Amino acid sequence: MAFGFIIPELVVAASAVACLLLAAFGRRAAAGMLSGAVALVGTGLAMLFTFLLWDVRVNIFNNLYTIDNFGTFFKGLALIVSLLVTLLSLRYVEREDIVRGEYYSLLLFGVLGMMIMVSSTHFITIFIGLEVMSISVYVLCGLLSGNARSAEASLKYFLLGAFATAFLLYGMALIYATTGVLDIRDVAGHLASGRFSLTPMFMIGLAMLIVGFGFKTAAVPFHMWTPDVYQGAPTSITAYMATGVKAAAFGAFLRVFYTAFLPFQAEWSSILWVVAVATMTLGNITALVQDDVKRMLAYSSIAHAGYILIAFVIGDQFSSAGILFYCLVYTFMNIGAFTVVIVLGHKDQENTGIESYAGLAGRHPLLALAMTVFLLSLAGMPPLAGFMGKFYVLSAAVKAKYYWLAVIGVLNSVVAAYYYLQVVMAMYFREASGELRRPDFSPVYTIVMAVSVWALFHMGIFPRDFLLIARKSLSMFM
Amino acid sequence: MNQTFPLLSALIVFPLAGALLVMFLPRRNAPLIKVAALIWTLAELALSLQLFFNFDAGAAGMQFVEERAWFPEVGISYLLGADGISMLLVMLTTLTTVLCVLCSWKAIEDKIKEYYVSFLVLETAMIGALCALDLVLFYIFWELMLVPMYLLIGVWGGPRRIYAAIKFFLFTMVGSVLMLLAILALYFHYGGATGIYSFSLVELYKADIPVLKQYWLFAAFALSFAIKVPMFPVHTWLPDAHTEAPTAGSVILAAVLLKMGVYGFLRFAMPLFPAAVVAATPLMSWLAIVGIIYGAVMCIMQTDLKRLIAYSSVSHLGYVMLGVFAFNMQGLEGGVYQMLNHGISTGGLFLIVGMIYERRHTRMIADFGGLSKVMPRLAAFFMIVTLSSIALPGTNGFVGEFLILLGAFKSNMLYGILAASGVILGAVYMLWMFQRVMFGKITKEENRKLADVTRREAAILVVVVAFIFLMGLFPGPFLKKMDASAAGYLKVMQARTAVYTSAGVDAAAQTAAK
Repeated sequence: MAFGFIIPELVVAASAVACLLLAAFGRRAAAGMLSGAVALVGTGLAMLFTFLLWDVRVNIFNNLYTIDNFGTFFKGLALIVSLLVTLLSLRYVEREDIVRGEYYSLLLFGVLGMMIMVSSTHFITIFIGLEVMSISVYVLCGLLSGNARSAEASLKYFLLGAFATAFLLYGMALIYATTGVLDIRDVAGHLASGRFSLTPMFMIGLAMLIVGFGFKTAAVPFHMWTPDVYQGAPTSITAYMATGVKAAAFGAFLRVFYTAFLPFQAEWSSILWVVAVATMTLGNITALVQDDVKRMLAYSSIAHAGYILIAFVIGDQFSSAGILFYCLVYTFMNIGAFTVVIVLGHKDQENTGIESYAGLAGRHPLLALAMTVFLLSLAGMPPLAGFMGKFYVLSAAVKAKYYWLAVIGVLNSVVAAYYYLQVVMAMYFREASGELRRPDFSPVYTIVMAVSVWALFHMGIFPRDFLLIARKSLSMFM
Repeated sequence: MNQTFPLLSALIVFPLAGALLVMFLPRRNAPLIKVAALIWTLAELALSLQLFFNFDAGAAGMQFVEERAWFPEVGISYLLGADGISMLLVMLTTLTTVLCVLCSWKAIEDKIKEYYVSFLVLETAMIGALCALDLVLFYIFWELMLVPMYLLIGVWGGPRRIYAAIKFFLFTMVGSVLMLLAILALYFHYGGATGIYSFSLVELYKADIPVLKQYWLFAAFALSFAIKVPMFPVHTWLPDAHTEAPTAGSVILAAVLLKMGVYGFLRFAMPLFPAAVVAATPLMSWLAIVGIIYGAVMCIMQTDLKRLIAYSSVSHLGYVMLGVFAFNMQGLEGGVYQMLNHGISTGGLFLIVGMIYERRHTRMIADFGGLSKVMPRLAAFFMIVTLSSIALPGTNGFVGEFLILLGAFKSNMLYGILAASGVILGAVYMLWMFQRVMFGKITKEENRKLADVTRREAAILVVVVAFIFLMGLFPGPFLKKMDASAAGYLKVMQARTAVYTSAGVDAAAQTAAK
């Protein structure tokens, strides 16, 4: 029965609906805690079922939906993101006084959208998934009540996102117009057959798809929304966007381009070469001048998208495995870093300026140590997972003889090291000044940070299993 | 050769275990933390003595080899091994770390736990880098050395420590990341040519790389190591890092971290890319000579004691590089021996300057004068270490420098002459500095009431002086340990570079004609 294969999605959807119902019909206080619990349980169950789907390859619902290792990998990743973000939201939403029932249900709907997006080879299904995810996130950004920045973030993201989605849809429409098919495998078949010629309409469709996906993954020059949206949104949602949304977008991007448009790889990879270099460089250079840590992390996430795009440009199986592994590693680093940002804030003061970190090592050494681990991993220092991610991507670049891209990549890493070290410097080398409020410690934050630190060390020192999983995720569809 | 007990892994993991232990000690109990760190580093020293005494001086290859699969699909393995050269450097590392722990006893008052944790992690990284025979494993340890050193300079250092720390970090990182790309390029080249994808040196030594590619790869490796040595002109991070670091930080930086650069040349850059080495030898030798003379001249005009010693390191390591690139037994053994000597003597100099700083809280030469009247015992130790730095016969410095000059003269008369002129400059700056600081009348009032060396400080300096004389008067045992390795190394290098030198080609043609 086909529905057996989408049990994870059904569980997530059911949990989302349950949270909504709790919000509507439950008493406020109880509903809040219960929603959180329901979200956690739902995500956990869905993760369990997703892992059971490993090595299953099947097309269901008239080829509108595909279950394969690639989709399962990204679904697992999305659920990990969801689990960690839900965990830290348990305390965060209470502190920030966000409406809880809707928050958790929107979070889960967003995950549902991510899961749909990466599990399909049909343009329309991909689009549906993307929209479900995007609309959930648009609303989630604005949930900090009474906060002008949050409302601005939500509106900005919505307006620009709607625009970009329109581009995406139009691109899909143009591809349909030129090939007559909507399934990307059929598109690939059509391109390979002799009946196809490269028309301007097709190229424009391709370009529009790049624009649409580029927006979602925050690639330059479609990145302008990222700093403001990431800064204005509630920090837990920033973590969610930086990791889950980006990973899902890369997943869909990868699948579409590597399945449908592989014959024209030379054309689009040269465009993406420029995009990758611009993304890395602009992301890193603008991050250099930030003195707000949340905004700095937003720009750094743009830069990391650039590193992933390096692997994208290369277009072989080796590099694609690198993309998957990098997304996995990147998730833990970012969620960890944003959790520390959350811990240092309070309801009325976000405390995201770098002055808040001054002297942190003296006051709260373990917190400073955790943040150092996350920042060093983001900088790509061994023996942490961030190094392994970069190593894999760079190997792919050198193997495919994209030497310049590799050199630009590593030099960007050095630039990035500088601004990550600025925070480490503030924590360890400077003395605290001004009034010091006790950070918002809570067991859930500690759990999330501990899991992230452990994951980064484990994947950094013993990357083998994860890299093999990444490889196996691709062998099925490439 | 100890097959059953993984000695090298133990040497690497032991300090890390110590770091974890110290992390769990109560922060307020400073004496406990210091004693724990001292005991741990002494234990590590004892463990490394086992390495020294069980080392088979007759065998030329790698000993204590350990191999474990790490990521076989990609070709990364956990491969460790030590030969004469790296074994002696490991000994230097463990000894220096003990001295550093001792000298920090009173100097570090704040965040003591983090300090000793950083030192122990640094020790792990250094020993790991010296023993790793897999390129990725080496790279990981190489980069791992950066963070603790960065913290040591930046947290416990002098007034301009933040600038010095970040400069140190970024400079070294630029070199390292380019080296990473070169490692990857080498890996893919070898894999493409032979079908064997491996990062292990054992495999990659067999690589046959086209000459132009060798030049590029050698350039990337050489940049990274030249920054570390440091060679002119990428040495500019050193004076700041040395000056601003806390005493123990300067000692470990001078004694061990700088040697990593030379070691990198010996173990990686030179054997892997023989054609590039042949082509680069004149350039490297000239840069070494410029380093010798430039470093010495810069020393003469310094007003800050620590900065003076920092520039003297540039000068001394110029000698080492010259010896290494001479490609004969004297030059190579002299270079390696001088690395050990420099560790002891420059380490000793930094220790003494640290002791003076603890008393006077200034490092400016103008603030001193006539200190020998007040601190005769310190002056005596200082004199001996100074003479070792100048390479007076009887001290260890003489043996190393003499061998290097012999090797340099043998390979190229001009290099030898220029390098020898550096010896005179060395004497100039060191003796002049000593005279201004220690001799003469006591010109400043604060200098009148300084305490002479305490028992702890005397203990440290006695060890340093003992090694100075031991290695100066009885260099045999030390040189014997590296004889076989050095001879083996030279044989391999001569065989590899023979194809690329006219002398080698002639010789090959003659043997073919017979």
